[in-house]
Amino acid sequence: MIATPSSSLPTAAACGDGFGSHWTPQLEALLAAGRAAGADLVEVFLERTDHLGLLAEQDRITSVTPAFGMGAGIRVFRNQRDGFVSTNDLSAAGLQRALDQALGMLGLQRSTLPAAGFDGLGALRDFAASKDDWLKRCPELQEASLHLLRGTDQLNRKGKHLQARRGSYARDWQEVLVAASDGTYGRDVRLHQSVGLNVLAADGEHRAGVGRRYGTSGRPDDLRLWDAEASAREVCESAGTMLYADYVEAGQLPVVLANRFGGVIFHEACGHLLETTQVERGTTPFADRVGQTIAHEAVTAIDEGLTGGAFGSLCMDDEGMEPQRTVLIENGVLQRFISDRAGELRTGHARTGSGRRQGHTFAAASRMRNTYIAAGPHTPEQLIASVDKGLYCKSMGGGSVGPTGQFNFAVEEGYLIEDGQLTKPVKGATLIGEAKEVMPRISMCANDLELAAGFCGSVSGSIFVTVGQPHIKVDSITVGGR
Amino acid sequence: MPFTSSNPTSPMATDSSIASSTPSGSAGLDAETLRSQLGDIAANAGIRRWDLGAACSSDTSVQVDRGEAKQLKGAQRSSITIRVWNDDGLVGITSTSDLSPSGLARALAGARDASAFGNPDDTPAFSPLATAPLASLDQPIHEPAGILQLLDTLKDAERQLLARHSAIGTVPYNGLAERTSERIYLNSDGACRQQRLSTASLYLYARAEEAGRKPRSAGAVRLAYGAGDLDVAGCIDEAAERTISHLDYAPIETGRYTCVFSPEAFLDLIGAFSGLFNARAVLDGVSLSNRESLGEQLAVPFLSIHDNGLHPGNVGASAFDGEGTPTQRLALIEGGVLRNFLHSEATARAFGVAPTGHAGLGAKVSVGADWLEIGATTGSSGGQAGLNRFQADQAIVWIDSLSALHAGVKASQGSFSLPFDGWLVRGGEARSIEAATVAGDIRQVLKAIIGFEGEAKITPDGLCPLVWVEGLSITGEA
Repeated sequence: MIATPSSSLPTAAACGDGFGSHWTPQLEALLAAGRAAGADLVEVFLERTDHLGLLAEQDRITSVTPAFGMGAGIRVFRNQRDGFVSTNDLSAAGLQRALDQALGMLGLQRSTLPAAGFDGLGALRDFAASKDDWLKRCPELQEASLHLLRGTDQLNRKGKHLQARRGSYARDWQEVLVAASDGTYGRDVRLHQSVGLNVLAADGEHRAGVGRRYGTSGRPDDLRLWDAEASAREVCESAGTMLYADYVEAGQLPVVLANRFGGVIFHEACGHLLETTQVERGTTPFADRVGQTIAHEAVTAIDEGLTGGAFGSLCMDDEGMEPQRTVLIENGVLQRFISDRAGELRTGHARTGSGRRQGHTFAAASRMRNTYIAAGPHTPEQLIASVDKGLYCKSMGGGSVGPTGQFNFAVEEGYLIEDGQLTKPVKGATLIGEAKEVMPRISMCANDLELAAGFCGSVSGSIFVTVGQPHIKVDSITVGGR
Repeated sequence: MPFTSSNPTSPMATDSSIASSTPSGSAGLDAETLRSQLGDIAANAGIRRWDLGAACSSDTSVQVDRGEAKQLKGAQRSSITIRVWNDDGLVGITSTSDLSPSGLARALAGARDASAFGNPDDTPAFSPLATAPLASLDQPIHEPAGILQLLDTLKDAERQLLARHSAIGTVPYNGLAERTSERIYLNSDGACRQQRLSTASLYLYARAEEAGRKPRSAGAVRLAYGAGDLDVAGCIDEAAERTISHLDYAPIETGRYTCVFSPEAFLDLIGAFSGLFNARAVLDGVSLSNRESLGEQLAVPFLSIHDNGLHPGNVGASAFDGEGTPTQRLALIEGGVLRNFLHSEATARAFGVAPTGHAGLGAKVSVGADWLEIGATTGSSGGQAGLNRFQADQAIVWIDSLSALHAGVKASQGSFSLPFDGWLVRGGEARSIEAATVAGDIRQVLKAIIGFEGEAKITPDGLCPLVWVEGLSITGEA
């Protein structure tokens, strides 16, 4: 067993006063200087971070990776262009240097003239007021280690033929302050925790690697409440099934995708294409389709940042705007795009509180939050019963979408559907398709909507998101296999 | 609980930082100041054994959209990772972007506290090669061209690419960037590694669409030591040719085909399965290889794979790894036989060999490949001679690029199922494939290589010719 000394690590929150209204004079000076130089809008994003990563292998903690950091991103808009500079240097001189560089990118220089159109920041909207103890309330290293080791121990108890057992825990704390020359001034603290279990099962030539990750936001007790036994059971059952599974036979098939992480299909096939970033680039086939039918009438899709505890929820986005519940598609008809400040400026689609970034080194962009297909009227059994020969995708891996709308995602755990019944397990499937073609083929939605935490990498870095859906049926899709 | 009480984020903070930006925007680290400050802080805290990796960079990049600047970016980054060995010999680590004295003190304290959770079964030590001589790399340092020059260059490149074909309507993904950077490795035994670098990169990814047809896209990338050295014309040519070649497409029938991998695609595939050669993965039980695999016939007898981070074609090569071990050329497969694993100090000690220069820096040190050289084993037949996809008797699938490797590769199982862009070559004619996946098992791929076509090509990830592999499963939409 692991030694568990009584120790905790110094944290960013414990080591400084943090951001607050004492920053107002300096920020106002920066914003005024930017406006006086001729910028249409200046935005300052300040960030402090505190990360803890833990890795357990078999029955021992094998890696502890604390990290803390700070930085600023300064963005200057003029007409429809913008210059963005990030720096780790939060001194007054460092921030002024970054502002000068951003102004210089747009051909602007600081001026001694007074700033027109900037009336100061006003009162700070402090969304973090009740969150300043979040980091202290998270499990300390010793306690977190014990929870994680409980997970790998449960894997050992429940699994067979396990060659490797791993548990991992990540705690990401972030304090942000956003100030902009349009008066935006907000502060927030975010807390994301996730825990994952992975196994590699091996028996002779048969091998199966299975993993699951669970995550929440804004819940310091999340790890304490984690049901390690249930998670280990889920992972081990999947590994045991997939260890001896045959490879899937390739072809064009109807598929039923399970709820929760099955939502990656909408995320990749359609969600990204409804970000104004894609409208700006001319890479979405839906750019001029608001008010038109782009999906089967069974499909209503939502992106929101409000669901309590969900991985993609936030009190304000990274541009200081409060999130909304944005109906993207209603009964198959495109309603809205996901938009940020630059997206609104360049495409005319109103902001939706979706300006998001990994951290201060990225300019915010229109990004998804909690994105899901709404529940429908059917039961999952009805969907499966409607298929004569097809594929049931119980667990999904990652995916991606390209600049022409071609998407793909991997199936981690699949089963054949024969005569309306689930039969033998199959592995090695990759689903590919075109967004425009697949959305009208989502013909049935079940009544069991659930969400799942994930990470999305795109133009503004890797961010915490939620995908989700009920069980859905896709009438036909290309299933890549052997 | 030891930690400093200074406020590193206060606007009034007065800590001087070790990282600095010169007026020209280039990055700089002062190794001696860093060593001195850390040594003093460690001594005061009673820490006798430590090492660190530090990096500092200054980046400038531009993107354009149909003749207009879209986004202009600059970044100054600094980071440091500190490892501390406690009195029981256990290791802890902490990383931070705060290089001020108070930041260093906090990081050192954090690493010491984390060391209480160090793994006694797998404790890294200083690399015995951390003071060995380094290879001399020919890496000229270029002054930054400046953002306006970058913008002009990229606007012109976009204009030229758009003019190549009426169907090319946009270049939705494009970027021209330059970076100056510096990295340091220091340890309390006196090792001191330092490397400065300037690099530049250009990528152009075009989207083309003809009436009544699906949009198609393709791109190209170039790297150099300075923006002025970038092969801009070559990048435009390659992006245009590849994009145009996909305009006329057709679905492919599902079945088994002989496939010809482009150098980029084959390097991507081997890179995704580099756990085969990774001693860390072997020790962790998640590699397809095991301790007894060395000497096994893993591939056809004419295949060689070397890792060679020192190759002159590897723009931005590192002279040393995260533990200060010199980078070297290492035979992984020769004559189809697995010859060596990639090692850190700890894995090398476990195997009774010397570190190979492939380590990161951590409490549990990661291991990874640098830059692969793939080709025929010297003195071997090199496989089937005279291969030419345009003169083949059978239909050939020519795989240009693979997608979604993060999702479609099961590294610990050996299997893959990946979307790709490519062409079906039949009767000397190549026609783009509408949408398809290629699936297989890496162990079978390595034993199903027929031979190589053409000269090896230098890519950002390595050196490789076209590689012929028989009997792979292709799923299409026909």
